[in-house]
Amino acid sequence: MTDIATMPRPVSFARRLKRFMADRPLIPLIILLFILVVILQILRPGIVNERWLANTAKFAIPLAILAGCQTMTMLTGGIDLSVGTVATMSAFIMATQIVNQDPAVAFLLAMLPAVLIGLVNGIGVGVFRVHPLIMTLGTSLIGTGFLQVYQRTVIASGAKIPDFLNWLGTGVTYGFPNALLLFVPVAVLIVFMLNRTGFGRLLYAVGDNERAARLSGVRYWQVITALYILSSLLAGITGLLYIGLIKAPSLSLAEPLVLPSVAAAVIGGTSIFGGRGGYTGTIIGALILTVLTTLLTILQMPEGGRRILFGCIVLFVTAAYLRIVEDR
Amino acid sequence: MTTSPLLDATGVAKNYGAVAALRNASLSVLPGEVHALMGANGAGKSTLVKILTGAIKADAGRILIRGQQLDVRSPAAARRAGLLPVYQEPSLIPDLDVLSNLKLTGTPVEPFRAWVRELGIPDLDIRETARHIPLAILRVLDLARALAVEPDVLLLDEMTAALPANLAEKVLEVVRRQGDAGRSVIFISHRFVEISALCDRATVLRDGSTVGVVDIEPGVEERIVEMMLGTRIEKARVAARAANEVAVAAGGRPRLSVRNLQLGTKLNDVSFDLANGEVVGVFALEGQGQDELFAALAGSIRPTGGTIDVDGAPVRFSHPSDAIQAGIAYVPGDRTEALAMQRSVRDNIALPFSAGLRKWGPIRMRREQVVVSGAIGRLQIDTRAQGEVQRLSGGNQQKVTIARWIAANARTILCFDPTRGIDVGTKQEIYKLLRELTGQGKSVLFYTSEMDEVQRVCDRVIVIFGGRVVDTFPVEDADEAALMRAAYGLPRGAMADVGILADVKPVSNAEAAS
Repeated sequence: MTDIATMPRPVSFARRLKRFMADRPLIPLIILLFILVVILQILRPGIVNERWLANTAKFAIPLAILAGCQTMTMLTGGIDLSVGTVATMSAFIMATQIVNQDPAVAFLLAMLPAVLIGLVNGIGVGVFRVHPLIMTLGTSLIGTGFLQVYQRTVIASGAKIPDFLNWLGTGVTYGFPNALLLFVPVAVLIVFMLNRTGFGRLLYAVGDNERAARLSGVRYWQVITALYILSSLLAGITGLLYIGLIKAPSLSLAEPLVLPSVAAAVIGGTSIFGGRGGYTGTIIGALILTVLTTLLTILQMPEGGRRILFGCIVLFVTAAYLRIVEDR
Repeated sequence: MTTSPLLDATGVAKNYGAVAALRNASLSVLPGEVHALMGANGAGKSTLVKILTGAIKADAGRILIRGQQLDVRSPAAARRAGLLPVYQEPSLIPDLDVLSNLKLTGTPVEPFRAWVRELGIPDLDIRETARHIPLAILRVLDLARALAVEPDVLLLDEMTAALPANLAEKVLEVVRRQGDAGRSVIFISHRFVEISALCDRATVLRDGSTVGVVDIEPGVEERIVEMMLGTRIEKARVAARAANEVAVAAGGRPRLSVRNLQLGTKLNDVSFDLANGEVVGVFALEGQGQDELFAALAGSIRPTGGTIDVDGAPVRFSHPSDAIQAGIAYVPGDRTEALAMQRSVRDNIALPFSAGLRKWGPIRMRREQVVVSGAIGRLQIDTRAQGEVQRLSGGNQQKVTIARWIAANARTILCFDPTRGIDVGTKQEIYKLLRELTGQGKSVLFYTSEMDEVQRVCDRVIVIFGGRVVDTFPVEDADEAALMRAAYGLPRGAMADVGILADVKPVSNAEAAS
């Protein structure tokens, strides 16, 4: 605030650029993703080829779907930390039940805990107003406990990965990973739901101003219960996809994806305080995290150093992105 | 004028995205002056105030205090420079008691207490948690807290809005004395009565620029309004009503019939009818149960006794959606309560369309767009910044809250002080709209804290005091004196003091005389 300008007319290029970015928040994300790929190519010339692209997509997809759960719950000001447990449970149950059961029955059995946990989460958050962080953390622990009990009872039956999931998780057709067959419809549905359906509108409204939503006749518990069930269902399906990719059922199968899924949503521009964000950003966020992981892996750093660097980069990217996009 | 200004701001500009909130604002305040800052909503008053007090940074311009260039980077810096604001929203931290709030800002306690007493609150418990103190009192406490540190320039934003008459009067008195003591006050208000009683000069903003500085003298109102609006507005009453227009259809059941409504200690025994095609005003001093009455009718809280009938059938609302189902919509006075601020104008208006479980599916964009644009057009909402409601001016935000229910075609609208803190032009539009609605057979229950609005908008007015209906007038009888007497608990005809009223009577007399 100095004498320089009594006339505010000449807007600098930097300001105009910032305005441009603020109106199209996806662009800086895409640029960042591109830069990461270029760095990768420079460090390891030739690494970026068709196979690498398919592989990156394969690993980014489960993360992106789980990040979709976070995006939707974060829009309402919540979070869903039980997605990891839910995914693990359905994967584990699928792998053990398929041994003796019809695939359809095994599938239904695998999705059952997902629906239950989603319902409990939804009622806890929507009706009893437990904070989503605590609620989903709690159900996540309970779910893990049940899974341990379950593991003891089925230990004799053994486990196998159904061929179909194997095909879906790792298969590549004409250079495209088969997982896209699942992911593209899911992504389109989520984007459509958020932008063009009444339910999507309510997610934003509830997260932005719950009182206003209430005064407009919105029943909070209905929205929240439906949301957490949906989130859990998606997580369950992700579990099935993930077991096809990893091929080793364990009790902590999808757990390492939970926090990256939150990070992907946040990097993608969804506010953890609710009311702001979208799924396309989240998808790019998931891609960025996946490429970043590859990048850090080829640096041949010790695991500890890699994690430190990963955390720092995530923090930096998020802070910088908010700086660029938020118009203050 | 030979004295040099205490505060001198020139060429201040500020852009929010593509919207210019301020283009070229200037403000010059002399020592010992009470200076009014005026402008229609969206003219940039709030932005200028925020810049002066360091809450936001200007894009361009120069601010001098006592001739010194001032770089108000933060509210703390502005405070050190002797500039202290009292904003419209209470600033005490709700979870702390008053004393802790004072310590937090380093406010001396004894002067604070003295000012609180001076401002007409003799029995404040300073250990009370701020959350439990009524809004009107909180605002007075904010003022007292500012006065206690003796700032050179005190900045009051709509200080008397939402204050009951007795407190407002005290506040004005104290502000006047500030000027006499050689300190300056920047006073933002929409009430001409206050400004002409209080201020020496006025700076008028329009569309982000200062369009004039005038001395306050009799008859200057017309000029100020002209400057604010850029064109002449008609001072005449909105939509003069023919007597037959309000006649309730013969034999028609009342739209809303409230009998013996009770709600804890707040509301005892409230009964009234609201007919189709009628605007019934509710007039009351702060905290007489009007909030609870509206909340109960809107389905936000459940009454503890009494009945509500809609179109002759008894109803029991357990959620606002029940009331909406019955065609009753609530427009709260506080816009932040009704709007999803980060969402678009369209999303906000269409929010009720998606509320019900059955409406969760795909939105019919085209059809919805037609309805929404219809409502936007009808209320003439300025849609330049429609991507996010928070970028709209207060008046336009208020219009959005009403447009929502026009679009939803609600048959009864409960308006709680819908014109609080918005500009003259928008007020007129809202009055006109409410009258038009009744012309279509809709009904409105209208709470207001401004007496002249009763005359402008209502067919009848009920006055509430202490949770009871004191009196019901046809609008012809509702002159300011009668309203004020009733608001203090004296129905027409009752001349003697009635118990509890004895101590407030002097104020009511003063009001009645004015």
